[in-house]
Amino acid sequence: MDHLPALVSEARDAIQAAQNVAELDEVRVRYLGKKGEMTALLKGLGKLSAEERPAAGERINHAKQTLAQEIDVKRQALEREALDARLAAERIDVTLPGRTQSPGGLHPVTRTLERIEGLFTRIGFDVAVGPEIEDDYHNFEALNIPAHHPARGMADTFYFDATRLLRTHTSPVQVRTMKTTEPPIRIVCPGRVYRSDSDLTHTPMFHQVEGLLVDEDISFADLKGTIEDFLQAFFERDDLSVRFRPSYFPFTEPSAEVDIQCVMCSGDGCRVCSHSGWLEVMGCGMVHPEVFRHSGIDAERFTGFAFGMGAERLAMLRYGVNDLRLFFENDLRFLRQFA
Amino acid sequence: MKFSEQWLREWVSPQLDTQAVADQITMAGLEVDAVEPVSASFSAVVVAEVLTKDKHPDADKLNVCTVDDGSGAPVQVVCGAPNVGVGQKVPFAQVGGLLPGDFKIKKAKLRGVESRGMICSASELGLEEETSAGILELPGDAPVGIDFRAFMNLNDMTVEVDLTPNRGDCLSIKGMAREVGVLNRMAVTGPEITPVPATTDETFAVDIEATEQCPRYLGRVISNVDVTAETPLWMVERLRRSGVRSIDPVVDVTNYVMLELGQPMHAFDRDNLTGSMVIRMARPEETLTLLDGQQVALRPETLVIADQAGPLAMAGIMGGELSGVSETTRTIFLESAFFSPLAIAGQARSYGLHTDASHRFERGVDPLLTPQAVERATQLLLDICGGQAGPVVEAKSDAAMPAPRRVVLREARLEKALSKRLGKDDVTDILERLGFGVVVGDGDWQVDVPSWRFDVAIEEDLVEEVARIHGYNNLPVRRPAARLSLRAEDEAVLSLKQLRRQMVARGFQEAITYSFVAPELQSALLPDAVSPVLANPISADLSVMRASLLPGLVRAMEHNLNRQQNRVRLFETGLVFNGELDALSQVPMMGALVCGARDPEGWSAGKAGVDFYDLKGDLESLLALGGNRDAWRFEPAEHPALHPGQSAQVLFEGQPAGWVGTLHPQVRATLGLKVDAIVFEVRLDHLSQGSVPAFEPLSRFPEVRRDLAFTLADERPVQALLDSARVEAGEYLKDITLFDVYAGKGVAEGHKSIALGLTWQHPSRTLNDEEINQLVESIVAQVHAELGAELRG
Repeated sequence: MDHLPALVSEARDAIQAAQNVAELDEVRVRYLGKKGEMTALLKGLGKLSAEERPAAGERINHAKQTLAQEIDVKRQALEREALDARLAAERIDVTLPGRTQSPGGLHPVTRTLERIEGLFTRIGFDVAVGPEIEDDYHNFEALNIPAHHPARGMADTFYFDATRLLRTHTSPVQVRTMKTTEPPIRIVCPGRVYRSDSDLTHTPMFHQVEGLLVDEDISFADLKGTIEDFLQAFFERDDLSVRFRPSYFPFTEPSAEVDIQCVMCSGDGCRVCSHSGWLEVMGCGMVHPEVFRHSGIDAERFTGFAFGMGAERLAMLRYGVNDLRLFFENDLRFLRQFA
Repeated sequence: MKFSEQWLREWVSPQLDTQAVADQITMAGLEVDAVEPVSASFSAVVVAEVLTKDKHPDADKLNVCTVDDGSGAPVQVVCGAPNVGVGQKVPFAQVGGLLPGDFKIKKAKLRGVESRGMICSASELGLEEETSAGILELPGDAPVGIDFRAFMNLNDMTVEVDLTPNRGDCLSIKGMAREVGVLNRMAVTGPEITPVPATTDETFAVDIEATEQCPRYLGRVISNVDVTAETPLWMVERLRRSGVRSIDPVVDVTNYVMLELGQPMHAFDRDNLTGSMVIRMARPEETLTLLDGQQVALRPETLVIADQAGPLAMAGIMGGELSGVSETTRTIFLESAFFSPLAIAGQARSYGLHTDASHRFERGVDPLLTPQAVERATQLLLDICGGQAGPVVEAKSDAAMPAPRRVVLREARLEKALSKRLGKDDVTDILERLGFGVVVGDGDWQVDVPSWRFDVAIEEDLVEEVARIHGYNNLPVRRPAARLSLRAEDEAVLSLKQLRRQMVARGFQEAITYSFVAPELQSALLPDAVSPVLANPISADLSVMRASLLPGLVRAMEHNLNRQQNRVRLFETGLVFNGELDALSQVPMMGALVCGARDPEGWSAGKAGVDFYDLKGDLESLLALGGNRDAWRFEPAEHPALHPGQSAQVLFEGQPAGWVGTLHPQVRATLGLKVDAIVFEVRLDHLSQGSVPAFEPLSRFPEVRRDLAFTLADERPVQALLDSARVEAGEYLKDITLFDVYAGKGVAEGHKSIALGLTWQHPSRTLNDEEINQLVESIVAQVHAELGAELRG
């Protein structure tokens, strides 16, 4: 009994000396286990007198509790250390790139077309498409461009034979839609178009988006508002100046070319706008009654406007592409810039 | 249309500077393309008179001259021009002057003789593009000492207008002046044109056979003209500033009148004409040698000017060589005619021609201008070349002349079209200034269209006239109002947008290639393809329509491989064209091509190259996108462009819908491709056909799984094993997974081991071992019977 303090002190040293949970467990068994030394002390109480026994028992129990507590504290510390060691060992370099990234991307023209479609479909336009090998009737006649009309010289046409050709604009889609749909009609027609022209600023194939709105009481003012809103939205510039210049398309009357303030120099004059401060971006006008007649729409009751724009031109201005031909080389170094 | 600002200002001169005038007409629909000085800049050039001319003592080709440049003492100058002569008035660049091209005039010694200045040629002053043969000789009355620029009115601008095809009426100074007058509300005055009385009786008979094509033809004989006379400098300059070269006085006058009034004219050598003139359609087998020397076979739809011997000119397009005016011409026959636009339209182009005359006639030349032009040209010709004019001979069909047009413009319609009410008087004023005859009615205008406006026929044309003069930018802006109405949307259909996004998510870059390709490339890939061929391709390389997306994708791959881009993943969507024109299909397809490494280079990436299954996996991800994967099948099949052992036809609901496979090594060799490439091409309409999800209740009962491995002969497709197993597995089969393929040790040569994981589940009870065992047995028996597959122990 007299050696209790020594035993406690010895046990404490052993607890502190334990290097890991297993060693600590051994210490616990040695002192507090069923056959442990503290337990043995308790068993030795029987040798004491009845008067001494309760106080001695209390001392031993107290020492046991203290040791048990100290073992718990030590266990927690050891467990924490073990976890810390494991976490340290499992550390990785989180700045290494993630596994197999393989980013793809849309072609900038598609990106532009989708953006244009999106702006118009959101206000109730549908997207319409049509064939690219067209006939003379839909590409020209029905659009008020009879044979030998000087306007046929405006677009150098690829022909297959006397009447079949590659569409020079997406306007034939308007004709096809008007023939099969009752007004109100609100469509945009994106697609490939073809003209036999190839130089620094022309490719024999390019993309157009045509728009058409036919309803009762549609005026030139509606056309101006729609185009102005579109251009400001497309270029994300609320203060973009837009101007309308009288022009000529056989399928619209009145007709207009649309200029915007140069988006490169904000109208100060630069190489892109030939120092004029203005960029021609699209053509538009009120649907010609002759086109309505071909499509079986009553031109007295209905009026409408149509517009057409080149997707490559808008893409060049929007993304600062300076060479049209890049669009069709499909160079990955170019395409990746639009991902 | 190019013209000199000064010339325009003789007709109408608003108080605006050049740029303001250019902006004004641009905003009225006559788009100014360029405004440029009529000459390069130079200084200290004056009019001088050549006083003396002596041979240079030491140089055969040089002369030593003295000139009077108005400075007092004669100035000595060495001159190399062959045409320099005493008494000539010449442009003289003084010492200290600066000529175009930064050429500074200094005191110099030429072969030992002092020269103080330079007598200039037209090209040295930038007045002529080609190098002039000699010095520019000025008119005898040119005042000595006067600044040359002032003398020549060189402080002038050339304005180039890009006219739309409807505005043929503006292809003249007269027409441009009319527009400028309207825009500035100013009167317009041109030169006074009075009839030139005949001084001889000489005529040449004219008869019109083709009255519909040529309703009106005027001719006049002018005798004893001196075609060697010099065209006056002012006229040469005006022509030059309009982009027309001086040829001889007769041609110059006809060109001048065309530029001034808009009437193309032609002059014949009277002595080469036989009998009488007849304006008729060309006859079979007729030919004509044109002014430019080329001989053309005339077609019957071509209108010609002929005499009794045959065609002399292609009417309204170009004259003939033989009947034209030459240095020996003494008597001319001057033509001023109205050819109907439809008779000329398309004709010039069909012969590969485009002339100033055809350009105007096909757009419409004022039929009332014909007599004025004859008188104006006669007067100018007599002034320059002398001679006597005969009476004007006219042939005309009143019935064939364009009928006067009256168009009604309703006030209400105008207001509705523009969303603005314009002042009634303003509208009347605009129309009248444009030359329309206007009767103001009650709520409308009765408008008579002037003879020069071929483009105005309906009310909307008048709306445009009023709108453009009022100014488009002065018109209101509003947003269209529409009823909100929902439309049907097919939920099962995938959009092109979704399909493209899926490819992008799988690491593909979208390509856009030309729809026309090189025939050799197409036939190397698709020897049996039939697709339309362009009649007028831009080049042989772009001459047949693509029957497949493969040629374009292969080209794009090549382009990238040649630029060290070795890992290529491209896709494209678009139409492909198959069949003859009369049985043509234009079908939208999705195509893709991969080559190079499976993974992009990276610290964790393998080095393996892509193979068939990589691209098939990409394709399957598209097939699964709409929830309709089961509608698709792959079947081994051969395709000329693909490796026969690595190609599959893709079927949608049992119908061919596309291909996937590795490029055939021989095709690769033919095309010179250095790497393997895998491609697919599938119909977009089927790809976009998804399905609407249909819920099945979840079973509360446990799943049962059995894994079975079979050995299968290599020539047997796994698909057959899967199909067979699926049938035998019964209705409670939930899923069948192919989780291992193995060949090698333990598997007989020519065989592979296929491991399948089958999962069953019953909706309303627990499946017992016995029934599963039965199903497994029947699977094993069936695949053995059907495919010779053996269950592995």
